Amino acid sequence: MAYLTDRKRAMGMGAAKSGVHHFWAMKVSSVALVVLIPLFVFTFGPALGGTYAEVTAYFARPFPAIIAAATIWVSMMHFKGGVQTLIEDYVHGLAQKVLIIATICLSYALAATGVFAIARLAF
Amino acid sequence: MADVNRGKRPLSPHLQIYRPQLTSVTSILTRITGNALIVASFLIVWWFLAASTSESYFNLANAVLTSWFGDLVMLGSLWALWYHTLAGIRHLIWDNAIGLDIPTAEKLGWAVVGGSVVLTILTLLLI
Repeated sequence: MAYLTDRKRAMGMGAAKSGVHHFWAMKVSSVALVVLIPLFVFTFGPALGGTYAEVTAYFARPFPAIIAAATIWVSMMHFKGGVQTLIEDYVHGLAQKVLIIATICLSYALAATGVFAIARLAF
Repeated sequence: MADVNRGKRPLSPHLQIYRPQLTSVTSILTRITGNALIVASFLIVWWFLAASTSESYFNLANAVLTSWFGDLVMLGSLWALWYHTLAGIRHLIWDNAIGLDIPTAEKLGWAVVGGSVVLTILTLLLI
C-alpha cells in the first residue's frame, strides 16, 4: 500500500470511478462543436430543399462533405455522453444499463450511417 | 434507533415546490434541447442516406423533411441547436469558475435565451 499513489487508491472508488474522463470527453467534443455547428448550419441549411441533382453535386464538394461528416460524427459522440448522464439521473438498475448500451449503439449507428452516406455522395 | 423517525424526517424541497428560476429553467432547457436534437439528427442522417441511395428515395426523404411538419421539426431543432450551443458556451465559461455569481449567471441566462432566438431568426434570413 505504501507504494500506491493517492490517485491510484482513489481510482474506481466511490465517485472517483473513471475520474474526469467523461467530463473531458464532453468538453473536447463541445469545443469542437462550437466551431462545427455554425459551419454545418450554413452549409447544410442552404442545401436542404434543393433538388436531387443540386444536393448530390453540393455534397460532392470537399468542404460541405467534410463539415457534414465531422459534425455528424462529433455530435453523435457528444450525444452518447450527454444522454448517458440523462439516463444515469433518472433510470436505475438493469433498465439503466440496457438504455445506456442501447443509446451508445444508436449513437455509433447514426454516426456510421451518416459518414457512410456522405462518403458515398462525395466519391 | 437511528431509524425511529424514518419517513417522517423533513425532506429537501422538490422541483414542484421550488419557484422556477431563470438559472434552473435554462439548465433544464439545456438538457431537453440537447437530447431532443436526436430527432433532427435521425432525420438528417436519413436524408443523407436517401440522397446517397437513389433519386426516388431522396425525393421521399426530402418530401418528409420539407413538409409542413418537417419544417416545424427543423425550425424547432434550429432553435434548440443554437440554444444548446450558447448554453454549452456558458458551461465552458463556468468551467473556469467565471460568472458563477447569481447576477452574472442570470445575465448569461438571458443572453442564452435571447441569443438563441436572435441566431434562429438570423439563420432563417441568411439561408
